[in-house]
Amino acid sequence: MTQAATSQKSMTFGEAGSALAFAALALLCIIIAAKAHTPEYAFHAYLFAAASGWAAFKIVDRYYDRPALLPPLTINGKPNYNMGPVKFATIAGVFWGVAGFVIGLLIASQLAFPALNFDTAWLSFGRMRPLHTSAVIFAFGGNVLIATSLYVVQRTSRARLVGDIAPWFVVLGYNFFIVIAGTGYLLGITQGKEYAEPEWYADLWLTVVWVAYLLVFLGTVMRRKEPHIYVANWFYLAFILTIAVLHLGNNATIPVSIFSPKSYIVWAGVQDAMVQWWYGHNAVGFFLTAGFLAIMYYFIPKRAERPVYSYRLSIIHFWALIFLYIWAGPHHLHYTALPDWAQTLGMTFSIMLWMPSWGGMINGLMTLSGAWDKLRTDPVLRMMVVSVAFYGMATFEGPLMSVKAVNSLSHYTDWTIGHVHSGALGWVAYVSFGAIYCLVPWLWNKERLYSMKAVNWHFWISTLGIVLYISSMWVAGILQGLMWRAYTSLGFLEYSFIETVEAMHPFYVIRALGGALFVGGSLIMAWNVWKTITAAQDVAVEVTPALAAAE
Amino acid sequence: MSLWSRHKIFETNSIILLIGVLIVISIGGLVEIVPLFYLKSTIEKVEGVRPYTPLELAGRNVYVREGCYNCHSQMIRPLRDEVERYGHYSLAAESMYDRPFQWGSKRTGPDLARVGNKYSDEWHRDHLNDPRAVVPGSIMPSYPWLTQRELEPSLVADDMKVQAALGVPYSPEMIAKAATDLRTQATTDDPDAAALASRYPKVQARDFDGNPQRLTEADALIAYLQMLGTQVDFKLYDNKANVR
Repeated sequence: MTQAATSQKSMTFGEAGSALAFAALALLCIIIAAKAHTPEYAFHAYLFAAASGWAAFKIVDRYYDRPALLPPLTINGKPNYNMGPVKFATIAGVFWGVAGFVIGLLIASQLAFPALNFDTAWLSFGRMRPLHTSAVIFAFGGNVLIATSLYVVQRTSRARLVGDIAPWFVVLGYNFFIVIAGTGYLLGITQGKEYAEPEWYADLWLTVVWVAYLLVFLGTVMRRKEPHIYVANWFYLAFILTIAVLHLGNNATIPVSIFSPKSYIVWAGVQDAMVQWWYGHNAVGFFLTAGFLAIMYYFIPKRAERPVYSYRLSIIHFWALIFLYIWAGPHHLHYTALPDWAQTLGMTFSIMLWMPSWGGMINGLMTLSGAWDKLRTDPVLRMMVVSVAFYGMATFEGPLMSVKAVNSLSHYTDWTIGHVHSGALGWVAYVSFGAIYCLVPWLWNKERLYSMKAVNWHFWISTLGIVLYISSMWVAGILQGLMWRAYTSLGFLEYSFIETVEAMHPFYVIRALGGALFVGGSLIMAWNVWKTITAAQDVAVEVTPALAAAE
Repeated sequence: MSLWSRHKIFETNSIILLIGVLIVISIGGLVEIVPLFYLKSTIEKVEGVRPYTPLELAGRNVYVREGCYNCHSQMIRPLRDEVERYGHYSLAAESMYDRPFQWGSKRTGPDLARVGNKYSDEWHRDHLNDPRAVVPGSIMPSYPWLTQRELEPSLVADDMKVQAALGVPYSPEMIAKAATDLRTQATTDDPDAAALASRYPKVQARDFDGNPQRLTEADALIAYLQMLGTQVDFKLYDNKANVR
């Protein structure tokens, strides 16, 4: 290396600033670890210190290795896409997906056979269940959303991601959050709020990561070469923004001390319940719906090689969906101590929500008009189309269950669990699998997936799994709800609670079987993705035209 | 120029799209959440509801830590079968000091809102240790470590300080006496029991875990469970008192 070359090279403000910030954070975490109130918290502080130290080192190391100039925004007039972070998030998505499904299978089996709790604190159901929900929603779903959003925003904007370190910070920082949250549950560190279990310091970290995510995404949209923002990006933007608002509102806590993992929420009782389900239902609405609708709006037209069915429908779908969803939270609190007016509002808006949901479903399905024959030949497209069909089914069942009379039976039972999984397995996971199957060959410049036959197997095995899962939970839930309210001819409650628990056993076994099939399918996918990435066949840099803006 | 073309402004300007989204998503949440903080009918004043004792608070934190809310609700709905099975429907006031609320969303096990005083301490001990020893068909995990883990009394005052800052009526005296109150409540016939009861009416004080030598997490959790749903005396409760 010549003197001249090195003298021209200088650290960017971002490199120097983030390296210093990470070094400072590492130091702070070591101090916290030394004075931590509990060993579990000290462990987390050391993890933070190690990760921050590694990040600081890596940033400086990367600086010494890189050429003097940062990667150009375009090469020969074509955008120089930054796909490294997208690749990482895609693989992380596959990994966490399999992990989350396996934990789901474990807890499903624990309900059928309680000996599987092994009398061990960290393996017990109460700690594993949040691990399962977080692993599938935030780790699997979140990585798929980050991967696809950072891919789609570049492609549809014809622009390289904004930032040099920032996209990596988003992807790695988010996955570090997952590790902290997950290990925390196992160690008993939890806020005790469903789907918002991570404690204050993990929440704080996620806030920083999420703001970086918003800035990277928005900055790339602003850098676009296309006049219009593509419809998928509206949904991604709404997802990122709303999750930020929900996260801040529902995690407003005061830590007991900086040296303690414990915090107390500023809302109490009935207000806390309302804020929680405003958050909880819109984690469904914006994380698991809006974000994945964005995937639908990009990957289905792309794979089917057809434009989105209706531009006007997508406008109505978008605004109606995001407006109505926010209101639906109180349907989780029917007949509770939440005031009736709020319950009625929640129910009313939940029923109205049916319309934009089906509007979106129609828009997705009808995109295939003229290309329906591809369902026979392309299992990836079939997976995505079936996911939209499951979306339609789950968004019909949801409004139904939000009706107070129905809810009085379904609430607290496994019907809810079945409903969630028809959405989570049928819609979220399937559209994610479809997107992963599309993305992997595109990202690694392969002509095609290693095995289409394996995709077919994945599809049928997991579809069978879903059918077993949701039908057993329908029967279990309705049966248990009816048993709870059954009276003898003399006017006494007919069943003791434990009898209703014992009646669940066969359905819990069937459900676990369905889960096992779903895990099996995901393992086939992981194998297929691995073989595709490591396969020898390469294609020259793929030239695909960007999707036309929805107009 | 049709109305549809007006949408162009959102599609070509990311900041306007962002502001539009923020406005649209704010409305529902504001309408549903904000009134809960000023409408008096949200939480009626009910005689008997008091903040948790230090031991109960520590027990509640064990309840949260173990994720009991994943399978047990604490919210009895005003439905005939629930009221007969579990007792009087839950009042908003009964969870007014709950941070976080633990109403739950699933009853893999029964509701616990009024489990207090329904079973003996010994039953709870055996049940937590090995649920199938007392309920053969139970699918609840065993929690044998609760009777093994020591409870540290000195830390609970910090928790109460934070709660007091958030508006829970813990007096400076309650916070100062937190550690001794915690010990007193976990001891059978402790001389300070009367002073404890003056700070926390109707408090149950005794050795809960069956081992007077040790102060364990089981002491705290059972104390919490035995208190659940017992604060309001429903013989005196007038459900018409707040009707306007």
